[in-house]
Amino acid sequence: MNSGAARLSLWLLLTPFLLWIVLLVLVPHLQMLRVSFQVRESWDTLAWGLEQYQNFFTESYYWRTFVRTGVMSLFTTFLTLLIAFPIAWYIARLARGRARGLLFLACLIPFWASELVRTYGWMILLRESGLFSSWLQALGWADGPVEMLYNDVAVIIGLVYNGLLFMVVPLVTTLDGMDENLVEAGYDLGGNHATVLREVVVPWAMPGIVSGCIVVFMLTLGSYLTPILMGGKDSAWFTQQIFTQFITRFNWEQGAALGVLLLVLSSIIVWLGLRLTGQSLRKVMG
Amino acid sequence: MGVESDLFCSGLVRRFGSNAAVDHVSLDVPAGTFFSILGPSGCGKTTLLRLLAGFDRPDEGDIHIRGARMNDVPPNRRPVNMVFQHLALFPTMSVGDNIGYGLKRQKVPSAERRTRIARVLEQVGLPGMENRNPGELSGGQRQRVALARCLVLEPTLLLLDEPLGALDLKLREQMKIELKHLQKAFGTTFVYITHDQSEAMVMSDQVAVMNDGRFEQVAPPEELYREPATPFVAGFVGDNNRLAGKLESVRDGLADLRLDDGSLVRGRLGQTAPNIGDRAELFIRPESLVLGGDALKSEYSSLRASVTATLFDGANSRLEADSAGQTLYARLPQDGSAPRLREGASLQLAWDPMLARVFAPGAA
Repeated sequence: MNSGAARLSLWLLLTPFLLWIVLLVLVPHLQMLRVSFQVRESWDTLAWGLEQYQNFFTESYYWRTFVRTGVMSLFTTFLTLLIAFPIAWYIARLARGRARGLLFLACLIPFWASELVRTYGWMILLRESGLFSSWLQALGWADGPVEMLYNDVAVIIGLVYNGLLFMVVPLVTTLDGMDENLVEAGYDLGGNHATVLREVVVPWAMPGIVSGCIVVFMLTLGSYLTPILMGGKDSAWFTQQIFTQFITRFNWEQGAALGVLLLVLSSIIVWLGLRLTGQSLRKVMG
Repeated sequence: MGVESDLFCSGLVRRFGSNAAVDHVSLDVPAGTFFSILGPSGCGKTTLLRLLAGFDRPDEGDIHIRGARMNDVPPNRRPVNMVFQHLALFPTMSVGDNIGYGLKRQKVPSAERRTRIARVLEQVGLPGMENRNPGELSGGQRQRVALARCLVLEPTLLLLDEPLGALDLKLREQMKIELKHLQKAFGTTFVYITHDQSEAMVMSDQVAVMNDGRFEQVAPPEELYREPATPFVAGFVGDNNRLAGKLESVRDGLADLRLDDGSLVRGRLGQTAPNIGDRAELFIRPESLVLGGDALKSEYSSLRASVTATLFDGANSRLEADSAGQTLYARLPQDGSAPRLREGASLQLAWDPMLARVFAPGAA
């Protein structure tokens, strides 16, 4: 009786989680997987096959777009790390009390607006008739309006901005737990700034660095609005391919295959990253 | 400055706001000595150590190590290494890498590095532990790794910031002795800070007692115990009974003190002597108090007291007695020479006036 009640309460507690996993994660993905292996033979007949997957590897436009998206995402992640590390260091080690809370808030505030609003904010700054362009003209550094949107740099700026918070938070958490004496010991035993950073601080912060990088990388790879809005129609982001297949060309089978490939290939990249840095997913996420 | 001195400081001052954490401290540590700085928490000893290590700069005064002025030398260029309170072993490195870290910075080639790491591990009694993770070691072993990490660099001066504080009592006793032996074996000059007087007394050649940013007395442990220079030292180092009264007369360096209940006691006048008629304090160690009447010599000073309790603690057994509202402790020898005492019994506590010290009342 008692164990029955305990079991019931366990199931009740698990229900929301199970519903979430099964209905919102497992079922759609399995459905997507199924659709991706269907080959449309004519308007009312379907066969099973790998044609969509073959398309990805034979049509160079698909895999080139994927490689480009992956490389740019990796670069964005690296850049985000470079920018976020000093910020996190300052928040975790140097700022005290009130200043610390305010700085954290400053990182958080942009995320109270939607990605769309944030991206349009950047567009206001970067466009031909935008703030930066008019400043450059006012300072006499440019003769006419300068278009800073619709190129890869603009895309990366937008993506780094979107990823920053997700890098700062895990870094602050790990750096916060580091004993100040470790840094002092690093200097005391003869290390300079570079060696202390390389041998003491970075190894300590590695779990935070890796988890931040995974989140930012996945977020960047899967982002849609920012590359489209800031990169223009030629930005060639992989998510755009998926959108085109599903919506424009109404080719759900191809779109599903591309979606599955995005999931698989990005997982492989993350796995490689973990292997190369000698971290395990459990350590990083735990 | 002594020719042989490894560390020489003059007039060191470090202020935080209006409060001087280190207030005109001068010290001279000869090469190869075990020098302790003993003081209660908040006395400025950690600040002083951080000045020596280079993590903080003095507002005034100079630091010389082997004759070279160190004030503007950053910590990584000082011939000084520090064992931190919580050791600060690098958790992401193996024991061998922890010890090799400093050698690598000195650009010691890797083959030589390996032999030196192996040798120093042998010296601290952890042979073959190179590949272990610091997290797998016991408290005492970690302690030794922290020492080895510094000693392998052969520093002129090794600073130790209460490294035994985190150990349990038994291990602490053992490490105390071991540290002393290691210091002798390596011949390195140790500057050790602690609030634990037993650590300072057991290990040191010289002890500086620090209070409120200043050195009260610098002396070998035994002298500190037998000849305290100030009431603070008398009260802080070892157990002491304190009797408050008024200074009545002084003759041949012996002072007569009139206690508040009217009885007269006698002790040797200390360095900070009060004027006749001023308040004064007499310090007498528990082991200097003699119980009972028959063994009394004529020159002994004595006091009537009633027994409050007997506190049995093996060799440290004590008698708690009350004399006109002042509590006194006397050592109870466990060799059968002490009389059986009941609670409330009245007895005579006597002492040789040469073993008691009279000071003007101190702050502590």
